Amino acid sequence: MTMNTVGRPTAPVPTSDYIHPTLTGGRGLLQDEALIFELNAWAKTGVDIPDADRPADDLAGLLRTTPVGLPGLSEPEAVRHYVRLSQKNHAIDLALYPLGSCTMKHNPRLNEKMARLAGFADIHPLQPVSTVQGALELIDRLAHWLKTLTGMPAVAMTPKAGAHGELCGLLAIRAAHEAGGQGHRKTVLCPTSAHGTNPATAAFVGYSVVEIAQTDDGRVDLADLAAKLGPDVAAIMVTNPNTCGLFERDIIEIARLTHDAGAYFYCDGANFNAIVGRVRPGDLGVDAMHINLHKTFSTPHGGGGPGAGPVVLSAALAPFAPAPWVVHHADGFKLVEEAADEAAHAFGRMSAFHGQMGMFVRAYAYMRSHGADGLRQVAEDAVLNANYIKARLSDVMSPAFPDGPCMHEALFDDEWLDGTGITTLDFAKAMIDEGFHPMTMYFPLVVHGAMLIEPTETESKQELDRFIHALRLLAGAAKAGEVDRFKGAPFHAPLRRLDETLAARKPRLRWRPETIPPLAAE
Amino acid sequence: MRFTKDHEWVALDGDIATVGITAYAAEQLGDVVFVEVPDIGKTLKQGDDMAVVESVKAASDVYAPVSGEVVEANAALGEAPDTVNAAPEAGGWFAKIKVSDPSQVEALMDRAAYETFLQTL
Repeated sequence: MTMNTVGRPTAPVPTSDYIHPTLTGGRGLLQDEALIFELNAWAKTGVDIPDADRPADDLAGLLRTTPVGLPGLSEPEAVRHYVRLSQKNHAIDLALYPLGSCTMKHNPRLNEKMARLAGFADIHPLQPVSTVQGALELIDRLAHWLKTLTGMPAVAMTPKAGAHGELCGLLAIRAAHEAGGQGHRKTVLCPTSAHGTNPATAAFVGYSVVEIAQTDDGRVDLADLAAKLGPDVAAIMVTNPNTCGLFERDIIEIARLTHDAGAYFYCDGANFNAIVGRVRPGDLGVDAMHINLHKTFSTPHGGGGPGAGPVVLSAALAPFAPAPWVVHHADGFKLVEEAADEAAHAFGRMSAFHGQMGMFVRAYAYMRSHGADGLRQVAEDAVLNANYIKARLSDVMSPAFPDGPCMHEALFDDEWLDGTGITTLDFAKAMIDEGFHPMTMYFPLVVHGAMLIEPTETESKQELDRFIHALRLLAGAAKAGEVDRFKGAPFHAPLRRLDETLAARKPRLRWRPETIPPLAAE
Repeated sequence: MRFTKDHEWVALDGDIATVGITAYAAEQLGDVVFVEVPDIGKTLKQGDDMAVVESVKAASDVYAPVSGEVVEANAALGEAPDTVNAAPEAGGWFAKIKVSDPSQVEALMDRAAYETFLQTL
């Protein structure tokens, strides 16, 4: 036989358990990556631009002589830089992303395909409306779906995010009060569990904020609300389901008390995904509510694209909606832009143009691919998944509100960690080591050491079981006194635990060169 | 030194009250990363928003424990917010207020009463 005596050994060799820091900062096949400005790419350029066929200096002495200060990476260098950075990030395309109050759910690829159709993707806001009839029709149809799902008569499509939608809603409320001779109302009521954006928005509009107390079972305290409603109150801002993942079961009474006091009811619609298709906010007495298209209607979050926060409005607020909006006449669709008859009472505008077209297309594709019955199931599955997690973890962790079901998110406090020396933060960091992005922690503020888990409807039971298994193992380790596993975590992430205090006290918000780099070679 | 249920302390010297947040409050906040002290000359009513303290955990309003006019503010906290953690009831003071009604101070809790109050939380 032929015998290869020089190649790779065929028998397994003993491996060492010794774990040592790497020599280069790399981990596995992940390389340590510097900032793009630190890649020493000043003196080169990634593109070869032909010499211009005109005099070199046509600028009458205005030719720049100082460095531009841009790194000149080649295409493969630039691609690798960003792919490496993305490997350090977590994404919904990698795994469950259980951030409570964020609704990190799958972004269907059909949405992306539709958004890239040239008739939607390659148009400009200043094109003649006769050339964008299809796009305007889509905005009109999406508006129709939003009004139908919420039971509200009007919708402002232009706000660019949830908080922008809050601003739009409160500006409409302010305009309505001023028109009704109630401009002296200067107070907005928010529950203690409110998203931070609610009081921030109210303050930005010029209102002072008063907190509404919470009951022991995590809902708005009706007696406290009634006591604080008065002739000075312009609006209340209530999230439903609220940030504790609980349905405000007194919502009808909340609306009645509010209206009786002459105030408007702004509903923070961030958690609309838990009730879409099941509950119409218009039936509850809501006057204005923003809808985060990137939550309920699956458009991408953050780096995946811009946000969109349309605001549905009651009949009382509809006349004050911001321009522009789409109308349908016999000769086609058009945008109402000017403060003429149709928009005589508009409080102004929220954005220069019609809103986030790309997000509108994605949200509409999501609605049409699910249908009305599918959207109802979105809410049902989101709630079912959260309750499954709550039920499977309640014997090892402490639910903040153990009585009754939750809505779309399961909220735990840190009582079950008492005596272990381990905090919510430590537990969250150890989850990273186990391959799971942590839940939202320390929010809502009304729950001690809060852990807010929102699985969303797009996770399968199999994936939920893997997540639950990991949390049960970690909870067991915490109770068994394995403090080191938690205190130093994460051990296996690209970066170890960061000094959040130093980052907050001495933030470095801008990269600055140590020396002025030389001008890139021509 | 006198204390409020919102965890501010007051130390009265003549008609000048030095005010800050208690050691308990500083510990509950965690590492303080930012402090906004009131403007000198500002007139405050008891219970008004007086200052803002921000930690890695949360941003909180600090209320004026007494009514009066701000005559001095601890500007050093801008550069060294950690003083609030290191010495909350000494170098971590927020402001000095020329009090308009000294009886307000008398009505606040003494240390023993405040300690008892903390036991109820």
